[in-house]
Amino acid sequence: MLLEVEGLCVNYGRIEAIRDISFSVEEGSVVTLIGANGAGKTTTMKTLSGLRKVRAGTVAFAGKDITTMPSHARVPLGISQSPEGRRIFPGMSVVENLDMGAYARPDRAKTRTADLERVFTLFPRLQERRDQAAGTMSGGEQQMLAIGRALMSRPKLLLLDEPSMGLAPKLIQQIFAIITDIREQGTTILLVEQNAAQALRIADRAYILETGEVVREGSGRELAADDSVRAAYLGGDV
Amino acid sequence: MTDKTTPAGATAARKPAAAQKRRGWDRGALGRRLGALPTPVKVLLMALLVLLLYALPLLDLPILSTPDTDFGAVLFTVASYVLVALGLNVVLGYAGLLDLGYVGFYAVGAYTVAVLGSFQAQLSWWMLIPLAVIITTISGVLLGAPTLRVRGDYLAIVTLGFGEIIRLTALNSAWLGEARGITKIPRPPSLELFEIPNLSWDGFTAFVDLDNTTKFLVFGVADQAPYYWLALTLIFLVLGADRMLRLSRIGRAWEATREDEDAAELMGVPTFRFKLLAFATGAFIGGLSGALFASRQGFINPISFPLLLSILFLAAVVVGGAGNRWGVILGAAVVAYLPERFRGFEEWRLLVFGLALLLLANFRPQGLLPPRRTRRVQAVEEELDALEEGTARA
Repeated sequence: MLLEVEGLCVNYGRIEAIRDISFSVEEGSVVTLIGANGAGKTTTMKTLSGLRKVRAGTVAFAGKDITTMPSHARVPLGISQSPEGRRIFPGMSVVENLDMGAYARPDRAKTRTADLERVFTLFPRLQERRDQAAGTMSGGEQQMLAIGRALMSRPKLLLLDEPSMGLAPKLIQQIFAIITDIREQGTTILLVEQNAAQALRIADRAYILETGEVVREGSGRELAADDSVRAAYLGGDV
Repeated sequence: MTDKTTPAGATAARKPAAAQKRRGWDRGALGRRLGALPTPVKVLLMALLVLLLYALPLLDLPILSTPDTDFGAVLFTVASYVLVALGLNVVLGYAGLLDLGYVGFYAVGAYTVAVLGSFQAQLSWWMLIPLAVIITTISGVLLGAPTLRVRGDYLAIVTLGFGEIIRLTALNSAWLGEARGITKIPRPPSLELFEIPNLSWDGFTAFVDLDNTTKFLVFGVADQAPYYWLALTLIFLVLGADRMLRLSRIGRAWEATREDEDAAELMGVPTFRFKLLAFATGAFIGGLSGALFASRQGFINPISFPLLLSILFLAAVVVGGAGNRWGVILGAAVVAYLPERFRGFEEWRLLVFGLALLLLANFRPQGLLPPRRTRRVQAVEEELDALEEGTARA
C-alpha cells in the first residue's frame, strides 16, 4: 500500500471533524473520497499533507510513519497536493508558479524543461498563458495551474482536493479526462470530490464520508451502481 | 482534443498586445528609454549618479538644502532611514510579516554600541559594529522563534510589544543607563587624508569655498558629511546583498510564503524557517542602522526610540511600496527629508502623514513605487475591467 490511514481523528478545537477513519490507497490506483459538505473530506486531505494536526491515529506513506511530519517534509517523500480553492500564487506568473511546484526537488534544474513540457502537454492553455500573472486567470485555468504545479514535484501520490469546484460542466469533463491521463502516466491519485458521479466513474476504489466517518466503501463501479448511493449522492438516476 | 479545448484564435491574437502592455507597465517610459541605452553609457550614468549622491553634502544645492539644519546631518538621517527601510522591507515587503516594533531592533543595535563602547566596556568601534549586528540578529531570532508561529494581526501585536519592551527595559535597567541614557559613545575612528572644499551659494551662483572644507575622513561633531558617506556606503552594500537574496531561492521562498503560507508549505517550503530568516535579516539591517545612529549621535537614551519611530519606519516602507527596494528608498527619503526641508512643517508632521497616508490608501494603495508583481496584477486587472466595460457597452 502506498498510503495507509489508520483510525485517524482530527479536531478543530473541540469539534471532531474526523472520527476514526481508516482507508488505504494502492500504488497506481485512483481512490476517491466522496461526501457532502462538512463530511470531513478536505480536513482529511489537509491532514494527509500535514497542514492539520492529528489527534489520534496514524498515517503511513510507503511504509513510513508520517503522522507528525511537517507539511514541507512530505513533499520530498513524494506527496503533492492541489489544494481546495486552488491556492495558486496570484502575483507570480504561470511559469513561476510551476517552478514553485518543483521547489523541493534537488535536481529541479536538470528536469525543468521536461517537467514543464509534461505539464504543458496536459494543459496547453497554461503554455499560452505562461507569462501571465496567475491571479488574473479564470477559475478553470487556475485549477489547471494548481494541478500542474502539484505535478512539478513528480509526486508518487497526488492529492486532488475538489478539482471540479466552480467549473463549467465542459471543463469538468476535461479535468477528469486529464486526471485519467495522469494516472496512466503512473501517478497514484487520491481524489476528493463533491461531483460523485464523475469521481466514481474513474475511481478504482471509493470511500463515502458522512459527518467525519467512513460509511461505505467499495470499488467505484460498485458504489455507482448502488441504489442508496445513487439516491444520496448521484441525484437518483444518472 | 487539445485543439478543440483552446479558443486559440482569440487568445493568440490578444496575447502579444497584452504582453507588450504589461512590459510597458513594468518599466515605464523612462525605464524603457534607459534600458535601450548601450551598456557603457548605462555604467557611466550609474557612476555619475553614485558620485552625485556622495557629493551631495559638499554641493549643498539650494533647492535641496535645508535652511535651518545642517544639510550633512539631514542627509545622514535620510540615509539611516533608508537603511532601516531596506531592512523592514525584507520583513514586510518580501516575507509579508507585519512588524510594528521594528524600532526595537534599531534600539538593540544602538544600545549594544553604547553599552559596550562606553557604559560597561570600552571596546573599539571596529568591534562594536559587528557585535551590534550579531546581537541584534540574535534578538531577531529570539523574538521570532516564539512569535512567528502566530499569524497576521497577532504578530503585529506581539512585535508592537517587543518595541516597547526594549524601550522600557532600557528605561528601567541601571545597567543600561535608565532614563539618563548613555553618553560618550565612541565615534567611528578618523583617518585624516585630505581636505575637500565645499561649495557655497550666493543666490544661484556657486563658488568654491576654500575656508569651508570637509576633512576626509574625520568623524567629528561639526561636519556630518563623513557619517553620511559611511551610511551611504553601507546602503550600497545592503542593496547588493538585498538583490542577491531577492533573486535567490530564499527570495522565492519568501515570496511564496507571503502570497500563501499554506500553499508554500505544500510546495515543500519550510515557511517557519524562512520567516525566521527574514526576521533575522531585517534585524541585522535595523541593528546596523541603530549602531550607526548611536555612534553618530554620541548620546542615546530611551526617548530616542519611541513607538512613533516604528510607525515612521513602517510609513516609509508602505508609502514607498513594500516589496520594491527602490520604492522603500523613496519612501524613507520622503519621510525623513520633507520635515527637515520644510521647517515648521515638523510640528504638523503627524497630521500631514495621516492625511498623506489616507490619500495614498485611496489613490495609490500599492505605494509610490510598487513592486513589479503588484503592478503586473493590477495592469492585467485593469485590462480585464476595460474589456468587460467594452463588452458591456457593445
